Amino acid sequence: MRFTVRVWRQTGSEDAGRLVEYDVDDVSPDMSFLEMLDVLNERLTLRGEEPVAFDHDCREGICGMCGLTINGVAHGPRRATTTCQLHMREFTDGDTIVVEPWRAAPFPVVRDLVVDRGALDEVVRAGGYVSVSTGSAPEAHATPVARADADKAFESAACIGCGACVAACPNGSAMLFTAAKVTHLGRLPQGAPERDTRALDMLAAHDEAGFGGCTNTGECTAVCPKGIPLADIAQFNQDVLRASLRGAGGRPA
Amino acid sequence: MRYDEGEPLVDRAAPDGPLETRWERARFGTRLVNPANRRRLRVIVVGTGLAGASAAATLGELGYRVSSFCYQDSPRRAHSIAAQGGINAAKNYRNDGDSVYRLFYDTVKGGDFRARESNVYRLAEISTAIIDQCVAQGVPFAREYGGLLDTRSFGGAQVSRTFYARGQTGQQLLLGAYQALSRQIAAGTVTMHPRTEMLDLVVVDGRARGVVIRDLVTGEVSTHTADAVVLATGGYGNVFHLSTNAKGCNATAIWRAHRRGALFANPCYTQIHPTCIPVSGDHQSKLTLMSESLRNDGRVWVPVDPDERRAPGDIPAEDRDYYLERTYPSFGNLVPRDIASRAAKKVCDDGRGVGPGGLGVYLDFADAIDRLGREAVETRYGNLFEMYQRITGEDPYQVPMRIYPAVHYTMGGLWVDYDLQSTIPGLFVIGEANFSDHGANRLGASALMQGLADGYFVLPNTIAGYLADGPFPEVTDAHPDLVAARSDVEERVRRLLSVEGDRTVDSFHRELGSLLWDHCGMERTEEGLRHALERIPELRAEFWRRVRVPGSGEGLNQSLERAGRVADFLELAELLCLDALHRTESCGGHFRAESQTPDGEALRRDDEFAYVAAWEYTGTGTPPLLRRESLTFEHVEPTQRSYQ
Repeated sequence: MRFTVRVWRQTGSEDAGRLVEYDVDDVSPDMSFLEMLDVLNERLTLRGEEPVAFDHDCREGICGMCGLTINGVAHGPRRATTTCQLHMREFTDGDTIVVEPWRAAPFPVVRDLVVDRGALDEVVRAGGYVSVSTGSAPEAHATPVARADADKAFESAACIGCGACVAACPNGSAMLFTAAKVTHLGRLPQGAPERDTRALDMLAAHDEAGFGGCTNTGECTAVCPKGIPLADIAQFNQDVLRASLRGAGGRPA
Repeated sequence: MRYDEGEPLVDRAAPDGPLETRWERARFGTRLVNPANRRRLRVIVVGTGLAGASAAATLGELGYRVSSFCYQDSPRRAHSIAAQGGINAAKNYRNDGDSVYRLFYDTVKGGDFRARESNVYRLAEISTAIIDQCVAQGVPFAREYGGLLDTRSFGGAQVSRTFYARGQTGQQLLLGAYQALSRQIAAGTVTMHPRTEMLDLVVVDGRARGVVIRDLVTGEVSTHTADAVVLATGGYGNVFHLSTNAKGCNATAIWRAHRRGALFANPCYTQIHPTCIPVSGDHQSKLTLMSESLRNDGRVWVPVDPDERRAPGDIPAEDRDYYLERTYPSFGNLVPRDIASRAAKKVCDDGRGVGPGGLGVYLDFADAIDRLGREAVETRYGNLFEMYQRITGEDPYQVPMRIYPAVHYTMGGLWVDYDLQSTIPGLFVIGEANFSDHGANRLGASALMQGLADGYFVLPNTIAGYLADGPFPEVTDAHPDLVAARSDVEERVRRLLSVEGDRTVDSFHRELGSLLWDHCGMERTEEGLRHALERIPELRAEFWRRVRVPGSGEGLNQSLERAGRVADFLELAELLCLDALHRTESCGGHFRAESQTPDGEALRRDDEFAYVAAWEYTGTGTPPLLRRESLTFEHVEPTQRSYQ
């Protein structure tokens, strides 16, 4: 297969950046999208040009490190698939493919297709955990958890933190990411004592990091490689409302 | 390459007395650090996988001042996240005869009698507290309808002791540890340094006192000092280029520490997993594991005739060789990992492999679909079938899967004593990066258990005994040892960039990988190992003569990152092969063709090889010293396994 790949090149946050066109031939349909970029990079290196920087690690769809906007869609054309699990057989021979980094104000470009997603970690630090120090846990069977709750918590906990939801959202909102963690922990008895403060604190951190608000466009869930449902955002909003009505303040800073 | 015999090695921290109370007595014997003093003690933790994140979080909770480093953009991404199967714990919730002692026994035996009894017993003992801790953190383990935790039997175990969260147990456990770490970062006890890479260890007056770090975004090289250093940087499976490890997994931190004096133990103990998706071409960048559970219902076969041209569905039963069922009638497709792997290699070496390059065997679900119906098969394996289909473009409901073994885990690593301290005082090593608990072969669902045991429960206790002597004298940036370590790293970066040769970093990595896979993979022979040992130094020399690393040392340069890692793999590979050559017995993941039973089983030679081979660095290309730590078994009597 042969492709024309237009790749976003940007040397750093100061640089304006531009799309640069490359012809990539001898592509096997069995290559993953990232392997196609590997091939391009090998050729650029031998030609004395700088290879394209992109983030990736596990290459099996679970670490959340990779993430490219491909032809305008976060993680590309295949639903529920991370960029590393997208294969070239999904494209047609001769296609022109446009590759860009995640675009969102809280995700500044580091280089080429690499962005800084540290803002997502900040949101978790605001309360995306259960405060249980090592050694203080009760016996695991002391608190049974209804299977439906465990399953639902798992579904939300499956978020890989890739940031596709933010890249896809016209508002640059990270509500799906934040809601997934609030829903995961809020659904379990272990997370109940901090449910109010967690919802309020994570929302505050989300807004402070510069992520936009949610207007229910649903683009986030459409591109989510793990299929986190929009209902999690509804749950999050409900938790915030509930916490506010109960007069729960956030945690003291 | 030769080696010289060094002084025997003794674990001075090893406990004695009754096995069951060794850990309790060791903890009681460890000096404590006054809570008020803890905040004056600084600890560096490198790596944020299960071991590193749990250790950093726990040390932070205890009040130490922790600095945590990872090469990923977030500590949540370390490769522990990819573990699918589960985590073992001796809870005996099933009342099926499990116990701490049985988990201990199975682990020593599974490790083919090449691990320390004391360490393994402690691991089994701690396993239950790990489950409690993770549940309290909100890890969504699978549950039964009554609300209690579900378990399953895994990897041929006769008891059901594996806790799991669908096929994403590693992810959920890592997120639990990451969240605990996040809480400590917010509390100010842990300072997080993502997108940084440790390129050297700083040893001052015989103690590990810091690390040299390269900021992967700015390229800046800096030194960080502390009272103790903890390496939790994972295994070295990527020395083989293709493995199930993440692309970034590397051995640089442990290799640099080895060069600074930490002994490297049992490098030849590598685990090869039988059920991975085969290589599809030269572009292949990594291998993906398919859960071992597939062998419960899938039947493994290859065509009888090497020249078979028909599509698999058109090949009648009499022209198929169900070689595992034929050779191992009682265990059939469920033989242990190493046996299944070697058997696949053998039929492919005979020219009967299937798929591109003939490196694959069929894993066929047609009979299971006939017997159980498609729906039942879908319920059991639907997500795995989907993953397979996404990667290969083939539908496993219609066409048999193709699988082939791949490097998955490394049991070897830096030598540590019972306190998890290396031979450099103040340098602790935890998780896959150390060598300690799995012997020559790791049991399924035990990697997660060990990482979390080390990080949550062992290290935070044992490190206190060392830190009780601190804080140690301040090491300033101007200290000659610090300056020297930093300038070594800067010089190396300059050297990598200045070769400006005509070969890419990846081309060297690929060549090294296939050399190791061919000669130090599933089956090792003296001849093959000697060939590899001859070829590796040549390849290393060629690397430094011909490698091309584009770009500069300033700013993000992923080629430069890879170049440094491959340069270290080119050194480690030699030690790996040397260790494999010297160990002329077969044991666990190390199979020497010269040492097998008449049935083709691994033949251990306890009279000669019941020891840990710990290697001391003497210089690149100069003979290392072999330091032997002898292993004694007081509780589990070594036996020869058989699966016929």
